[in-house]
Amino acid sequence: MIDLTYFKAQFEQLQQDDPEGSIAAIRKESFDVFNKAGLPTFRTEEWKYTGVGSLFEQSYQPVGHTISTEDLEVLRMSGHHKANELVFVNGRFDAKLSNILSDHDEITLLSLKDAASGSYHSLLSKHLNKSSEYIKDGIHALNGAFIDEGIFIHIHKGKSLQHPIYVYHLMDSRNQPVLAQPRNFIYVDESSKLQLTETYATLGTADSFCNEVLEIVVEQNAFVEYYKIQNDKANASQVSTTHITQAGRSYVHTVTITLNGGIVRNNLNAVLDAAGNETHLYGAYLLKGKTHADNHTLIDNRQPNCFSNQLYKGIADDASTAVFNGRIMVQPDAQKTNSFQSNKNILLSDNATINTKPQLEIFADDVKCSHGCTVGQLDKEALFYLRARGIPQDQAEVLLLQAYAADILAQIKPMAIRAYVEKLIYDHLSIV
Amino acid sequence: MLSIKNIHANVEGKEILKGINLEIKAGEVHAIMGPNGSGKSTLASVLAGREEYEVTEGEVNFLNKDLLELSPEDRAREGLFLAFQYPVEIPGVSTTNFIKAAVNEKRKYQGLEPLDAVAFLKIMKEKMKLVEIDQSLLSRSINEGFSGGEKKRNEIFQMAMLEPKLAILDETDSGLDIDALRIVANGINKLHNPDRAVLVITHYQRLLDYIQPDFVHVLYNGRIVKSGTKELALELEQKGYDFITDEVDLTAQ
Repeated sequence: MIDLTYFKAQFEQLQQDDPEGSIAAIRKESFDVFNKAGLPTFRTEEWKYTGVGSLFEQSYQPVGHTISTEDLEVLRMSGHHKANELVFVNGRFDAKLSNILSDHDEITLLSLKDAASGSYHSLLSKHLNKSSEYIKDGIHALNGAFIDEGIFIHIHKGKSLQHPIYVYHLMDSRNQPVLAQPRNFIYVDESSKLQLTETYATLGTADSFCNEVLEIVVEQNAFVEYYKIQNDKANASQVSTTHITQAGRSYVHTVTITLNGGIVRNNLNAVLDAAGNETHLYGAYLLKGKTHADNHTLIDNRQPNCFSNQLYKGIADDASTAVFNGRIMVQPDAQKTNSFQSNKNILLSDNATINTKPQLEIFADDVKCSHGCTVGQLDKEALFYLRARGIPQDQAEVLLLQAYAADILAQIKPMAIRAYVEKLIYDHLSIV
Repeated sequence: MLSIKNIHANVEGKEILKGINLEIKAGEVHAIMGPNGSGKSTLASVLAGREEYEVTEGEVNFLNKDLLELSPEDRAREGLFLAFQYPVEIPGVSTTNFIKAAVNEKRKYQGLEPLDAVAFLKIMKEKMKLVEIDQSLLSRSINEGFSGGEKKRNEIFQMAMLEPKLAILDETDSGLDIDALRIVANGINKLHNPDRAVLVITHYQRLLDYIQPDFVHVLYNGRIVKSGTKELALELEQKGYDFITDEVDLTAQ
């Protein structure tokens, strides 16, 4: 029996410490949803293929951490010398481990609480927790119920950040299981440019569960590149929600790479709330062992003349499970929408599972939407060709799998990150 | 170098090779000709180790090793090379990286150090000249978007890089125009030396205008029904395969 009652005491403590303001109100509202909805089950359509009950068989208590700069050093991604590095440990921002290179005239970084009670009050009242209108399950609400030390980032109008932002989510489970609930908000102002990469790492052998919500609001003429790299351990699970609102006509480009992990669920929402928005969602999941990776994407076309393209490619080996659910909504006003989606899979083992589902809901009559999904196997002819040149079978398979993911990797525009991911993938595929 | 004794092979339960015998010595060039469906490509596939082909009887000895016991990659590393009739397109794998991996796998097998980038490039430039292949092709994915002629030239280029002991050319001439044919044949001739042997599988005599075979064999209905010198190829060109196959069919009756 799963016992969730301990969250009540934690919630009440938090409300007592910080009873005022809009964030306390969101917490209250979210906790009510959590209590009412509970954890999603297989009967919940959005969670039909992904069970999270096992993640709550143990109770999570707030824990401190002992992560040092040396621990961080080995996890840092290529190009970090020129990046703004934000480090979150067990869901909380760690200023000591973080390093901001960009000037104050380019970027403002505040705690979410300060931003909500200060000059960003009206912006956050409008947008903070907007994701809950799209995701109504208990997992999402649990994050909202514990909004505490989140970070607010404002990329200033007309500024194109010279230094990309790298976000590290570190979980210290060396002493006990840890639940991390990062909650951050990024405001990408008019005509600005942001390049953001998020990655995750658990230190320790106890289980970790990262239940993250990131909301991004993108204004007119802004340009966002967003990369997510998931290569944590088998004892590390996460539900990672990114809710992007393209409030002005803007360009968003995302690539999600999922390699190792326990249960990994990604909710990636793009709300196209201005005419002429352009959105590209790419993803590669290369799974083995018992990793379960579930990518749920949602494109909500609300205004006319928007363009979106999705391509997710995956491999499932051993006893892994891959889920792709691509939902495209076209609202009545969103005439002339162009929305494309493709999901391709390779099944490498009899014990692996792939579930793929397009979900199109179209309420406008002058639109172009397409979707497609495939499940196949490695090309035997290609494999023989490589072997006939002296390349051993396992190496040949790695080459072909790398090649399979190559068009997704090509969508990672910064060379440092791409090279970093290529190396991760090579190592991931080469270890039997 | 290669000794094939009474090879029988099935594909999907159907017997295609029905007892092939063939001896190839170092330095020799052999041509196997024959009508469509006679088993020419099956023989090439069996020798290269394609797994869909089941050898039911017979043995193959290659450089004093039991060839049929070796994996396809070990056959290649022992010095056997198959130029494919239909080279495969492999998007996403760069031709140069692939050839470098292949060359270094072979060196590893021979107990040699892998070639560094400089040494590899030097050899590559040399061999590129030999088969008149353009650098731009090699920086692309393997065979992706190559024309028929470019694919075949790429096969010969790989052969030049891997320097096999025995090269099996499976209908390398098919789909080539006369200039490409000359270039490909030229590449093969330049690589040929007293230590290496070549087995040319072809439907037409025209490649043999450029590559002079020491022996010509006619494969029909899964068996070698006639062997001779290059004059046999000319005779086939004039009279067609019928003059041999009719004779064989008659004897069989």
